[in-house]
Amino acid sequence: MIHLEKRPQPSQFWAGFTPILAVIATMIAGGFMFWMLGKPPLEAIRTIFWDPLFHETFGPYSRPQLLVKAAPLILIAIGLSLGFRAGIWNIGAEGQYIIGAICGAGVGLAFYPSESVLIFPAMVLAGALGGWIWAMIPGLLKVKFGTNEILVSLMLVYVAENLLASVSQGLLKNPEGMGFPGSRNFRDFPAAYNAELISGTGMHWGVAAAFVAVIFAYVLLTRHMLGFQVRLTGEAPRAARFAGVNPSRLILFCLGTSGALAGLAGLFEVSGPSGQVTIDFNSGYGFTAIIVAFLGRLHPIGILLAGLLMALTYIGGELAQLMLGLPAAAIQMFQGMLMFFLLAMDVLSHYRIRFNKTVPA
Amino acid sequence: MRAVRTLVASFAMVAGLSGAAIAQDKTKVGFIFVGPVGDGGWTYEHNQGRLAVEEEFGDKVETIYQESVPEGADAERAITQMALSGADLIFTTSFGYMDATVAVAEKFPDIKFEHATGYKTAPNVSVYSARFYEGRAVQGHIAGKMTKSNIIGYIASFPIPEVIRGINAAYIHAKKVNPDVQFKIIWAYTWFDPAKEADAAKALIEQGADVILQHTDSTAPQAAAQEAGNIITFGQASDMSEYAPMPRVSSIIDNWAPYYIARTKAVMDGTWESKSTWDGIGAGMVGIGEITDAVPADVKAEAEALRDSLADGSYHAFTGPLNKQDGSAWLAEGETADDGTLAGMSFYVEGIEGEIPSS
Repeated sequence: MIHLEKRPQPSQFWAGFTPILAVIATMIAGGFMFWMLGKPPLEAIRTIFWDPLFHETFGPYSRPQLLVKAAPLILIAIGLSLGFRAGIWNIGAEGQYIIGAICGAGVGLAFYPSESVLIFPAMVLAGALGGWIWAMIPGLLKVKFGTNEILVSLMLVYVAENLLASVSQGLLKNPEGMGFPGSRNFRDFPAAYNAELISGTGMHWGVAAAFVAVIFAYVLLTRHMLGFQVRLTGEAPRAARFAGVNPSRLILFCLGTSGALAGLAGLFEVSGPSGQVTIDFNSGYGFTAIIVAFLGRLHPIGILLAGLLMALTYIGGELAQLMLGLPAAAIQMFQGMLMFFLLAMDVLSHYRIRFNKTVPA
Repeated sequence: MRAVRTLVASFAMVAGLSGAAIAQDKTKVGFIFVGPVGDGGWTYEHNQGRLAVEEEFGDKVETIYQESVPEGADAERAITQMALSGADLIFTTSFGYMDATVAVAEKFPDIKFEHATGYKTAPNVSVYSARFYEGRAVQGHIAGKMTKSNIIGYIASFPIPEVIRGINAAYIHAKKVNPDVQFKIIWAYTWFDPAKEADAAKALIEQGADVILQHTDSTAPQAAAQEAGNIITFGQASDMSEYAPMPRVSSIIDNWAPYYIARTKAVMDGTWESKSTWDGIGAGMVGIGEITDAVPADVKAEAEALRDSLADGSYHAFTGPLNKQDGSAWLAEGETADDGTLAGMSFYVEGIEGEIPSS
C-alpha cells in the first residue's frame, strides 16, 4: 500500500529534480505515441530536443530563434508571475500584448518615413504605456468597484482583438497595400525596425528586455520591500494586512507592471520578428505565457528556463513536422504531456511517498 | 465526428508518407498550411494538391508540409526552416504569409517560392490565386432563384478584396434573377472556426435567411443549416458533398492540383519563372460542385450555362452597367471590370446594404 505524506517543507532536491524526471517521462510517453503513429520514436525525440540546438543544418538558424521565440514569453510571464504570487490574476496579457503592439506601432507609423533616432525609444514607451493602460482598466475596476480582475482582463482580450482587426483595416492600413489589410512592414522603415543587435544571434531589443526583466524581478523579489509585500500577500494575506501592506496599491502595481511588460513584448514583436500589424498578429503568446509562468514555478530564473524549454518544443516540433511528417496535433499533444508531467511531478516535492508493509485485508 | 475524420486523415497521411525514402536527386516540394490538413476546406484542398504532386511524379519528388502555421511572427521561421531542409520549391498557402515569404526568398535566391493570394513578386517568388468570384456568380444565380424569403445570408471572413469581390459577384447575379433579394452579411473575422461559423449561420437563419453563403472553410454552417431545415448552403473551398443533396446544393471547389503539378514540373525542367497566375473556371482552378436535385431542373440548366459562359470567356462576372454602392457609376453598359480594380476591390456594388468594416 502506497500513500502520500505531506512534507513540512517542500523538498529542495525534488523541486530541482522533478523537471528532469518530467522530461524523461514525456520522452517515454511521447515516444510511445510517435511509435503508434508509425514514426521512429527515438528519431522524433532527438528531432524535438536535440536538432534545434545541434543539427548541422538547422542548429545555426534555430539556436538564435530559440531566443526570439522565448523572449516575449519570458517578458510576459515575468510580469504575470508578480501578480500570481500575490494572488492577483491577470489573465488578459494577450490583450495587453495587442494594445502594446498597436500603440507602439502606431507611434512609429505616424512618423513614417522619418529617420530620427528618437522614434524607436518613443515606440517602446508607447508600447509599454499601451499595455499598462489596458491592464489598468481591470486594476481600477477591481480597486474601485471590487470587480473580478480575471473576468475583466480576459474579456478585454476580445475587445483588443477587435481593435486589432479594425486598425489593420483602417487606421494603420498600409496606404500602398492595394486595399489589403495590414500595416506597412517595419523592415522597410529602418528607424523604427527592431533589428538584430548583433547579426545572426537573434538578439533584438526584446530579448535584451526579457533578460533585464528577469534580473529586475529577481532583485525585486529577494531584495526589495515591494517584492516582500508581494510574496507576503500571496502566502499570508492576513499577515500582510497587519504588516501594513496596502492591497489597492499592490493590485495596481502588479497589474500595471504585467500590462506594461506584455505591451513591451507586443511592441518588440510587431516591430521585429512579426514586422507588421495584421489582423491575426497575436498568436497566443499572452496565454502561453501563463503556462510558462507556472512551469517556472513563478520564479524569475525558473521562468527563464521554462520559456526556453517552451521555445525548444515549439521549434523542435516544427522540425519534427518537416523532417518526419508528424502531424501538428501530435506535437501539441507532446507539449501537453510535458506540461502535464511537469505539474504532476510537483507532488514529489510537496509529499513524501510511503510504502506500507501492512496489506489491508 | 469532425475530430474522427481529422484523425483518420492524419493516419492516412502518415501511412502514405512513411513509404517514401529520401534521396538526393529528388525534387523536394514544401507546403506551408494555415490550418490543419483535415479542415475539410481551404487547407484540405491545398493538401489534395500536394498529394496530386506525389501521385504525378512518384519517386522523383518528395513533399513536406507544416500545418497550422500562424500568420504572425512564426511564419518566417517556419518558411526558413523549410528552406534549410533542402526544399527546391515552397508553396505558402495563405495571404498572411506574404511578407514572410518575400523576406525568406531574399535569403534563399536558389529556392523557388509560390505565394497564394498575395501580390508581391520577386525573381524567385510567384503569386497565384483563383478567380473564386466566377463561382460566386453561379452561386448567386442559384441563391436568387431559390430563396423564398428573399433574404440571403453571407458569412464573410475578413474584409479583404477577395471576400468583397465574392460578395459583389454573388449579389449581382442574385439580384439579376430576383430584384427583391437582400443580403445580410456577418463578418466572422476568421477563416476557420467552426463554433463562430455555426453561430453566424444560426444568427442569419434567425434573421430570416433561407440561403447561406459562406467564405469560411468549415462545414459548421452546413450542419447548422441541416439542423434548421429548409435552408440551402454551398460548399466552400471543398465540395462538402457529405451535406448533399440538402442543405448543400452546390459548391465552389478549389483545385490546385494542376497548378502544383505544372509548377513542380517547371522546377524539374529548369523552366520555372516568376509570374502571377489568376485562373478561374476555364483553367480548372475553380470547380463548381455538382448541383443537386434539390434545385429545379431549369435553374440547374441556367446555372450550368452561366458556368460554361464564364469558363469559355464569353461572359465576365462583372459586366456593366454597374454602379458602386454610393450610386456613382462604375462600369458602363457592356463594359467589364479590369483585373487591377478587381484585385484591390474595396467597395460594394449598388444595392448591398451596410458598410464594409472600417475602410
